[in-house]
Amino acid sequence: MITISEWKEMSKEETLAELLERIEKSKLNAFITVNERAIEDFKKPENGKLAGIPVAVKDNISTKGMLTTCASKILHNYIPPFDAHVVERLKQEGAVIIGKTNMDEFAMGTTTETSYFGVVRNPHDLDRVAGGSSGGSAACVAAGESVLSLGSDTGGSIRCPASFCGVYGLKPTYGLVSRYGLIPYANSLEQIGPFAACVDDLALLLEVIAGKDERDSTSAGKGFKFKPENRSYRIGIIKEMTGDEHVISSFNEAVELIKREHEVEEVSMPSFKYALAAYYIIAMSEASSNLARYDGVRYGLSLDELTSWNEYFSRVRAEGFGDEVKRRIMLGSYALSAGYYGKYYLKALKVRTLVIDDFKKALGKYDILISPTMPSLPFRIGELADPLTMYKADVNTVPINLSGIPSLSMPIFERKGLPVGLQIMANYFEENRILSFAKWLEEKIKAVS
Amino acid sequence: MITRDDVLHISKLARVKLGDNEVDKFREGFQSILEYFEILDEVKDDVEPTFQVLPIKNVFRDDSIKESLERKEVLMNAKHVENGYFKGPRIVD
Repeated sequence: MITISEWKEMSKEETLAELLERIEKSKLNAFITVNERAIEDFKKPENGKLAGIPVAVKDNISTKGMLTTCASKILHNYIPPFDAHVVERLKQEGAVIIGKTNMDEFAMGTTTETSYFGVVRNPHDLDRVAGGSSGGSAACVAAGESVLSLGSDTGGSIRCPASFCGVYGLKPTYGLVSRYGLIPYANSLEQIGPFAACVDDLALLLEVIAGKDERDSTSAGKGFKFKPENRSYRIGIIKEMTGDEHVISSFNEAVELIKREHEVEEVSMPSFKYALAAYYIIAMSEASSNLARYDGVRYGLSLDELTSWNEYFSRVRAEGFGDEVKRRIMLGSYALSAGYYGKYYLKALKVRTLVIDDFKKALGKYDILISPTMPSLPFRIGELADPLTMYKADVNTVPINLSGIPSLSMPIFERKGLPVGLQIMANYFEENRILSFAKWLEEKIKAVS
Repeated sequence: MITRDDVLHISKLARVKLGDNEVDKFREGFQSILEYFEILDEVKDDVEPTFQVLPIKNVFRDDSIKESLERKEVLMNAKHVENGYFKGPRIVD
């Protein structure tokens, strides 16, 4: 891992060439596209908060003139004619976009195994997954193949790979970062967010990408600036968010450290029993509508012969989408179809209200909530063959997206040589509190390790 | 119980053509996932649904003219183009 301050110490053209060579020789498969003009971009004299800093961008975020595939065959040849808002911001601040990172196809997965371009391997154990869906963005930061990166988080897609790869990752409050140019999967749930090697870098990247953008109608119009606060917090441990013996022993070790300076209690969230089902129904329903745009006419995979509309459309999608995407589009269409809307979709939206109410109650009593990020250590490649088993791995991360609050995953104590992540949650737009606490814990963990 | 016919019906709704060998594979997954979703039947109905989480409604902007993308850029990703337009398949059979 390379922090911004370390990069600035050594930053010169050769260091960038070394970084590019590391990507070239890497076994991780973290990148789908490497920016061929990275060295040229680096040579340009730039000013700004990220001048000369390599940043990798998840491949569902539009980059003008640079391939953006969503790790799908249906977009394998798509070159966006415009930049996403966050990419404009990176360029304005002088960042060097190093490449586009591998991911689960259309961000639908927890392991990056659904990518059309192959699985991303975990830098700590090449036989294990890097997590998903932003697997490439987490792995490249963990392995020093980039300094910073952007991912997107619909149900844990930043926090899961951050946890599995041992880096810092943040899902901002819904509406803090513009989604303009993010290729949509489930609009009401997802946010773009940063990955970094330390809390200060994470906060700086958030500062760059946060803010008003009128091209996203859900943009909240708030910016962000990190002002670390140094105080004692009231902290709730969420009872329903748990993990296996390895995860829990690491988590408890961190809790013991936290207890020395903060007040810690357990808190129960009864609605979370229903959160996973509600999350998947909402995500699949929104996906079935969003992915209707891939018609094989305007961009992406096309067939040679233009037959009739229904035939052409159904064939392009049969050839272009992988199994997990097909599964979610089909189940989403089903959940929204006549006779089932009330049973599935509307019911899921009601559960979302209950989840928000549980968070409101808990965050009325506590400043911060914590839990393990993932219920287990990184999976072996191929371990989660059954789709429902994979969905259940998201149990600790999805309630956050249903409610829209911010949440960060940070590395705590390794078990069996593998990273474990701790999840930190706070109220809407309280990223400053989350990052302040994470910075405090980062220092404490460093002191005892 | 989800049948093969159910899967074919769902695939038609979603406009995803399935091969014969795919129907059984998806049927199994649908069965277990939809069974899992049954847990929501326990939830009472007297709750308001939340469609989106921010208290934002009807965001307007000025209706001012701005530069748009060049036609060439818009068409550059399309395979079938005619006279500066996208060319699509027949809508009416």
